Amino acid sequence: MKKTVRHLAKTFLIGTLLSTTALPALAAEQVNIYSFRQPYLMQPILEAFTKETGIKTNVVADGTGILERLKREGINSPADIVLTVDIGNLSELVKANVAQPLKTDVLEQNIPSQYRDPNGIWYGLTVRARNIFVATDRVKPDEIKTYEDLADPKWKGRVCTRPGKHPYNVALVASMIAHHGEEKAEQWLRALKANLAQKPQGADRAQLKALKEGVCDVAIMNSYYYGRMLTEDNPEELAIAKAATMIFPNQEDRGTHVNVSGMALTKSAPNKENAIKLMEYLSQPAAQQLYAQQNSEYPVNPRVEPSGVVASWGEFKADPLPLTEVAQHREAAVRLLDKVNYDG
Amino acid sequence: MTVPIQSGALISETSRHTLSSSRVRAPRGWMITTLAVAFIVCLPILSVLYVALFPEENIWPHLIDTVLPRYIRTTLQLLIGVGILTFVFGVTSAWLISMCRFPGRKLFEWALLLPFAVPAYVIAYVYTDMLEYSGWVQTGLRDWFGWQSARDYWFPEIRSLGGAILMLSLVLYPYVYMLSRAAFMEQSQSLLMASRSLGCSPWKSFWRVSLPVTRPAIAIGLTLVLLETLNDFGTVDYFAVQTLTQGLFDTWLNMGNIGGAAQIACCMLLFVCFFIWLERRSRARQKHYQSADRYKNLPRYHLKGLKAALATLFCLALITLGFLIPFYILANYAYQYFEQSFTSDFISHARNSFLLSGLAALATIAIGLILTYARRLNRHRAVRAVVAVSSLGYAMPGAVLAIGVLVPFAAFDNTLDGFLRQHFGVSSGLLLSGTLFAVLFAYVVRFLAVSAGALQAGLDQITPSMDMAAQSLGSRPTGVLFRIHIPLLRRSMVTAAIIVFVDCMKELPATLILRPFNFETLATHVHQYATHELIKESALGDLVIVGLGLIPVILLNRSMSSAKKGEQIQRL
Repeated sequence: MKKTVRHLAKTFLIGTLLSTTALPALAAEQVNIYSFRQPYLMQPILEAFTKETGIKTNVVADGTGILERLKREGINSPADIVLTVDIGNLSELVKANVAQPLKTDVLEQNIPSQYRDPNGIWYGLTVRARNIFVATDRVKPDEIKTYEDLADPKWKGRVCTRPGKHPYNVALVASMIAHHGEEKAEQWLRALKANLAQKPQGADRAQLKALKEGVCDVAIMNSYYYGRMLTEDNPEELAIAKAATMIFPNQEDRGTHVNVSGMALTKSAPNKENAIKLMEYLSQPAAQQLYAQQNSEYPVNPRVEPSGVVASWGEFKADPLPLTEVAQHREAAVRLLDKVNYDG
Repeated sequence: MTVPIQSGALISETSRHTLSSSRVRAPRGWMITTLAVAFIVCLPILSVLYVALFPEENIWPHLIDTVLPRYIRTTLQLLIGVGILTFVFGVTSAWLISMCRFPGRKLFEWALLLPFAVPAYVIAYVYTDMLEYSGWVQTGLRDWFGWQSARDYWFPEIRSLGGAILMLSLVLYPYVYMLSRAAFMEQSQSLLMASRSLGCSPWKSFWRVSLPVTRPAIAIGLTLVLLETLNDFGTVDYFAVQTLTQGLFDTWLNMGNIGGAAQIACCMLLFVCFFIWLERRSRARQKHYQSADRYKNLPRYHLKGLKAALATLFCLALITLGFLIPFYILANYAYQYFEQSFTSDFISHARNSFLLSGLAALATIAIGLILTYARRLNRHRAVRAVVAVSSLGYAMPGAVLAIGVLVPFAAFDNTLDGFLRQHFGVSSGLLLSGTLFAVLFAYVVRFLAVSAGALQAGLDQITPSMDMAAQSLGSRPTGVLFRIHIPLLRRSMVTAAIIVFVDCMKELPATLILRPFNFETLATHVHQYATHELIKESALGDLVIVGLGLIPVILLNRSMSSAKKGEQIQRL
């Protein structure tokens, strides 16, 4: 017994020693990425980058607490680039002061100013529209045209959304505050809550599913989910998508609320040059096409055409309000969602 | 060699006092080691307290005005619901298995452990897939009755508080089952015989003898269940049940207020301290030590007719709902999506999970042993408090604990780096942050309570006269530990190691935050699909987590039945 315990203790010690040395290899050409995005979305594009430049990419993927890690690691953080989604996460990077400003001609040419930080702290990579979907057999497409229409009492018991506190909905509410002020936004949100068919639950795809099932007639979902459901080669998802009609809201006034996925250069960036290469690479047409196509999103680079299914939806008018302004109202939006007990 | 022990001795308060004061004295080295280990293990908890004390902005007025009362109410409802259900599931099945004879008992004995291998978030996905409107259950009902839409009939909503209680109970009851079955089997035969000869019915001797005697074990099981429930995020998030954990993540990620989130975490710690106090209290008043004749098989009640059928049905229902159905559905999806899912990366993720969980299990047992044995050697308040605090990691949601690891590790790294840069002009960079050691450390802190709890329960059952006898024969405390306790504790150690291993395999949030570059475990691999509601793509990974969880379940069962034969005593 004693021997076994000693043996186990030894194994354990050796194991921990080995694991502590498992720091990222100090290869000459590499770039380190902290990513909020799922590995399966990132892998093809990073592989293409390595193939073209010979720079190896190291990734910590899909991490919720990445920002905190970056903050605590401070000047010694090995991360060069943060890849993330949602304006909320991007503006947190600014607030936490963990990213450094960067301006290059390539980035500024490729990425419209509306989708990047004015000081060059973050850059958008893809754009997604937060759209309204209706059940094709029960609702005519012209019955609902704007986000404001969602509050119309005629939709009582007919609307489905995911929980209000999800960043995508927070950004939508923040944009309502930006356009109408807090008081009006509160009235709108209360009326929308009163129209809900069920307690907000599930993620975006689940809302469209509920539409097909007849739980509700109107749903809110990001555009890329629709694109993926149509192209993923999954008969069930396809049937769900086909039962719905997508509407780009507010086409006759300010345009549809959009959000971005984006990137930033960290303050510590030990491989700054390689990082800038990767950032520029991601903004170029070839990468833009691949990156956007991977998740059925809109390329942020206006010279790149969206891929097949996304292109088939035609052009739409996006709300030109800079995302930094949406970000300024996020906190108020979260408090408002609590105040009207949207998720309760 | 056999040690004479008064059989089934229930020692009174006064005699216990004299016993413990004449125990083997703790040498200073032990105590210093213990305190050092305990301090390191407590670091993450202290860090969270530190973060809570210095928030960037006071979020409480807003929280109290709006959502906090609801979070607390829902959390309480969830805890009470899961507590009651797991008690009923676990204790009833354990009692049936250890005290009765009925068809299928031998099979159920180990099969009842199976749901333990299923992570709560997985069972939640699977049942939602099955029971929601488009699932086959409701589709079938609609076809059968000719209903057209959701408005034509009522069907219980799986994504609800009740649903969450049921899901969590179905996979957590094995904690109670495992611990109370071991206790039922170890209970003194003479006590039961006495109760029966005094005219107690089976039911009465359960309530008046078995239940009180096994209360400590049941209490530990329930405490583990409630702690798991308290920091579950996957299920409550998926079902949109607004618990404190949800509030915590909302405050952290949506409001960007980590201080406020840490404060909610501390609020949850109050719940935890209450459970631990309750559990300790439930055992404080009583002590019982194992008797020499415990390895004789207890005579079992022979159930017949309706009673036997009910017993069989009860066990079968638990196994079917908690394991067979989710397993079948996952296996089906995994088969459909096998080619897409089974890649060389997948194998390396599996290996990572296995190695990391194995190391964590060993480390957790070693540290658990140091702490609990120190507590036995020295009953001083301070030692007990230190040991208790070091178990609190279990009570924290994994993500909060990860922050608790991140803070001191990064502080250490950066301080050392700063010092070296200033005085020697060299940089040490990050030594601990972003390494597997950080992940491993988080696992140990997170699951130490599991091993310490099981080891404590095991140690409590070893009579102090063993220590005294060994001491009078010239053994030093370390010798006593290695020659008496570790062999006697083998079963508790194996049990604890297995639970920790399985828990580590499922661990997600801390792994996500702390892991090094290019490192994935099965749980993180599966997570990327789960967040996009792609249950089918994640099925193979889930299935492997469940499948690997089965191996320890089988081992556990073997160790439990072999120990029954009393080989340990003979070996001594």
